[in-house]
Amino acid sequence: MKSGSRLERVLRSGRFAVTAELNPPDTADPQAVYDRALVLASVCDAINATDASGANVHMSSVGMCALLTRAGYEPVMQVSCRDRNRIAIQGDLLGAAAMGVRNLLCLTGDGVQAGDQPESKPVFDLDSISLLRTARVLRDEGRFLSGRQLEAAPKFFLGAAANPFAPPLEFRPLRLAKKVEAGADFIQTQFCFDMKLMRRYMEAVRELGLHERVFILAGVGPLRSAKTAEWLRSRVPGVVIPDEVIHRLRRVPLEKQREEGKRLCIEIIQELQEIDGVSGVHVMAYRQEELVAEIIEESGLLPRRRSGRMPQALETEDASN
Amino acid sequence: MSRIQEWPTLLELAYEATRRALKPLRRWLKPGGRVEDLFVAGERLVKGPIFDCRMCGQCVLHETGMTCPMTCPKEMRNGPCGGVRPDGKCEVLPEMPCVWVQAWERSERMSVYGRAILEVLPPVDRRLKDSSAWINEINGVGDGAPIGWRA
Repeated sequence: MKSGSRLERVLRSGRFAVTAELNPPDTADPQAVYDRALVLASVCDAINATDASGANVHMSSVGMCALLTRAGYEPVMQVSCRDRNRIAIQGDLLGAAAMGVRNLLCLTGDGVQAGDQPESKPVFDLDSISLLRTARVLRDEGRFLSGRQLEAAPKFFLGAAANPFAPPLEFRPLRLAKKVEAGADFIQTQFCFDMKLMRRYMEAVRELGLHERVFILAGVGPLRSAKTAEWLRSRVPGVVIPDEVIHRLRRVPLEKQREEGKRLCIEIIQELQEIDGVSGVHVMAYRQEELVAEIIEESGLLPRRRSGRMPQALETEDASN
Repeated sequence: MSRIQEWPTLLELAYEATRRALKPLRRWLKPGGRVEDLFVAGERLVKGPIFDCRMCGQCVLHETGMTCPMTCPKEMRNGPCGGVRPDGKCEVLPEMPCVWVQAWERSERMSVYGRAILEVLPPVDRRLKDSSAWINEINGVGDGAPIGWRA
């Protein structure tokens, strides 16, 4: 155990892990974060706090993580390279660790053009892989990139993203190897709708032996309707949805498409559980959090932990490490 | 972008030959001063039209399929982001082919440095912008890795 992360403990114990994405609120009211976390906490092992995903501004991931750790939840703090340079990021990582954040997801980030303020300046001082290695240097070497020593090193379970479905497809498993090399302990993938591509990707991952060096959580989520699916694949960078999926949703009447989308999501989760090397799922249910619990339950992944709230967990673990 | 980029093998050989030719001259090739000015002008003139060079001062072309990673809107040095479109075009600039899709295809054809695309590269040293990548490389400044990065 490198980190004292609950997510890491679940994964190392060999259990199929579940993480879920918390949709960031547009408010200064902390209750909005607590309300959303409450729905997710009892059915998953960790909650992802997104960092202005899609380049849309929302409450920051650091801010959400401050609230979540304060309430005893287990967040995965997403860190994107789009908005901050290496000075800001290293400072945030230390601050996050001090607040009790034990899981990071290191991302390059979507381009600013994808978001609601495309006129802003893209930073991209680091990329996801140099960010991963920077976090590992902080953790393992106990120093900043400058070489300056830390008084106490942060403990992190280091995550990165992968998109098995975007070109160049043959390079994707090798890029995963680079992320592992740079320090990734776990991976959360982009939405997985194309099972054929996913199987082919995992085969390559196994051939490289990466499934034994990194925990892979496959990204899943319910599609609300055929129209949402069309929107997602045309507007959200990196989301690949095969035509069959959209046809399947179209075949049922509009008012039943939501149910069909949920059923599809459950089927995908069950298929993923059968793939060697897939260690869990990461549920992204944009504006449909209330479905997450049903999906996880109906996929046969409950019960999870005793409870979502364990305020003392961090102290006791720190003492034992 | 120039058509010569479709000959990555030729370009990697040119790189290798230049590197060997410059090595014995390293006593005269120091950062700062006239010689560097000359090199900067030369690099602009040659690498500009061929690679759409952005003069980052830390050329890694041979490690990225002889395709300049600084032309990627996210300046990614370690591979493609997850936003590459199904048709291989850039997430940010939909009319532009993804730099890394090209880098991967080209590096597969390269015999000397083809595997170098698998190496983890350090973040860019922003101070080296507009300096001579050749002089930096010959003097070992070129890898630009911060002290804490080096294991």
